[in-house]
Amino acid sequence: MSLRIVVCVKYVPDATGDRHFADDLTVDRDDVDGLLSELDEYAVEQALQIAEEADDAEVTVLTVGPEDAKDALRKALSMGADKAVHVEDDDLHGSDVMGTSLVLAKAIEKTGYDVVIAGMASTDGVMGVLPAILAERLGVPQVTLLSEVKIEGGPNGKVTGRRDGDAASEQLEASLPAVVSVTDQSGEARYPSFKGIMAAKKKPVESLDLSDLDLEAEEVGLEGAWTAVDSATERPARTAGTIVKDEGEGGKQLAEFLASQKFI
Amino acid sequence: MAEILVYVDHVDGAVRKPTLELLTLARRLGDPVAVALGNGAADTAPVLAEHGAVKVLTADAPEFAEYLVVPKVDALQAAYEAVSAGGSLAAVLVPSSAEAKEIAARLAVRIGSGVITDAVDLEAGAEGPVATQAVFAASFTTKSRVSKGTPVITVKPNSAPVEAAPAAGAVEALSVSFGALATGTKVTSRTPRESTGRPELTEAAIVVSGGRGVNGAENFAVIEALADSLGAAVGASRAAVDAGWYPHANQVGQTGKSVSPQLYIASGISGAIQHRAGMQTSKTIVAINKDAEAPIFELVDYGVVGDLFEVVPQLTDEVKTRKG
Ligand SMILES: Cc1cc2nc3c(=O)[nH]c(=O)nc-3n(C[C@H](O)[C@H](O)[C@H](O)COP(=O)(O)OP(=O)(O)OC[C@H]3O[C@@H](n4cnc5c(N)ncnc54)[C@H](O)[C@@H]3O)c2cc1C
Ligand SMILES: Nc1ncnc2c1ncn2[C@@H]1O[C@H](COP(=O)(O)O)[C@@H](O)[C@H]1O
Repeated sequence: MSLRIVVCVKYVPDATGDRHFADDLTVDRDDVDGLLSELDEYAVEQALQIAEEADDAEVTVLTVGPEDAKDALRKALSMGADKAVHVEDDDLHGSDVMGTSLVLAKAIEKTGYDVVIAGMASTDGVMGVLPAILAERLGVPQVTLLSEVKIEGGPNGKVTGRRDGDAASEQLEASLPAVVSVTDQSGEARYPSFKGIMAAKKKPVESLDLSDLDLEAEEVGLEGAWTAVDSATERPARTAGTIVKDEGEGGKQLAEFLASQKFI
Repeated sequence: MAEILVYVDHVDGAVRKPTLELLTLARRLGDPVAVALGNGAADTAPVLAEHGAVKVLTADAPEFAEYLVVPKVDALQAAYEAVSAGGSLAAVLVPSSAEAKEIAARLAVRIGSGVITDAVDLEAGAEGPVATQAVFAASFTTKSRVSKGTPVITVKPNSAPVEAAPAAGAVEALSVSFGALATGTKVTSRTPRESTGRPELTEAAIVVSGGRGVNGAENFAVIEALADSLGAAVGASRAAVDAGWYPHANQVGQTGKSVSPQLYIASGISGAIQHRAGMQTSKTIVAINKDAEAPIFELVDYGVVGDLFEVVPQLTDEVKTRKG
């Protein structure tokens, strides 16, 4: 039996661009260039490596996002994923983590899975909790924040990995099906090859909307969100500080500044 | 008065500083009821009482150490149910460690509540607690609320001062029954991180960081010497970590730790957006970089354009002299 791997990838505004909020206080995804969240490239990479190791495996990349989120799916397909699922619906606009995770869980169940692989955090929301929520919703083990991951034994096998926490480094083990997330320490993501980019154009991208997932508009989107943003203000630019050129006394001048601020 | 459930982050009974900060914030909203789990749970009570906990709910069981996250979610849920049965639970506050965030998020799903992560401030509002967050690499500040259920909010270290506020801190045993998922992910081995003797990166009042400009693992001694003269923690940019010069546990930035100390000193770090994301909210920022055009200088209160191998040792000597 084929090992079914579903990778959750998010389309995010470019962090090096001018990110901001729209009038309804949701993240502006129209005016800012977007891309596949770099942290999800690590998830795609690990999925591809696991698939290469397995006798038989299929990698599906899944995103919940607007029309342009197809770009993220294309990138993942050109890296080597087999097929893609895009959940797109106007009623999804403004979903918070509870809404997004609900939609992802439904789409994952509909697609069929033995293992779900996510990134450690999205580069826009940076919550880092969605994989744990997915495990809760799907009712399967959570094996998250791994810097090393291995899957053995096919669809009825197990996942093992290393989680480097604040206080300790832990070796984890769970049986499949499971939800995994990987960190940027898990290994560099590959670049799409020319062949990969050409092949991606022919790979299937399935589009789903809320009704395909038996979800109601009220359960998701801005209205259905369980959190509300009341205001978003641009942080005032830091007032220009003093900059000196080291002419031999730079360290001493710095010490003088630190002393004036009572740090020494 | 309303009760506020506070999840305690501790190591074998030693309460970590962010939990004490959380008690300061919790007291703005109501009476803190602490929940301490695992080995040494009961030992946390005196210090929690000293900082305002009216009650300390404790539970210990092998499951907490042997399985990942879920046993603690079961226990926090038991605490939530016990306290909310009284009818006046107003919020659940959790420190923003990687593990505690996951616990908070899963609890929120179970109890049908919204969750806010990584708040940097909390205040009471007409419709429940209002959380301040720094977003988009701290270039925006947002104010948010949980609009459904009992608010579950995780709070970053260094978001509030630690304040003494003696309260009863009565210890009560929490009874927990583990669900079927609790034993889903086994921790087959655990290697504790070796202590460097320096302050914890996320908790330190001063952080001294080195980047690609440090140019080698052995050269980090220069950064460590400055850190030690100031009693500071040591940080590193991802470039320095990826080069293998310093451990990933010390990485500052989007995919490392986010720090908000009183003083941040960046040496040989250019100031990429992903690095800024982890240090931009520091109170005072100082940089040493030989490139006058480095973007880090846009953030600084004081910057020295120069070679870090000249400037940093001179600064270290001067600090030592001044401190006598
Ligand atoms: C998804 C993603 C996540 C990321 N997460 C992080 C993260 O968490 N943390 C992080 O730091 N980065 C992160 N990065 C990487 C980030 O984009 C930068 O590449 C990185 O921060 C650069 O590190 P640096 O400043 O040390 O190196 P460089 O950008 O190479 O800068 C080195 C600086 O040192 C100066 N220098 C050199 N020699 C000397 C000397 N002798 N004396 C004084 N100055 C000297 C140079 O002038 C230069 O400005 C991430 C990137 C991505 C895409
Ligand atoms: N809209 C989305 N579509 C698909 N995957 C997502 C989406 N949002 C978050 N994820 C996944 O969840 C991970 C953690 O996201 P977060 O908790 O939002 O920081 C990401 O790295 C993705 O793998």
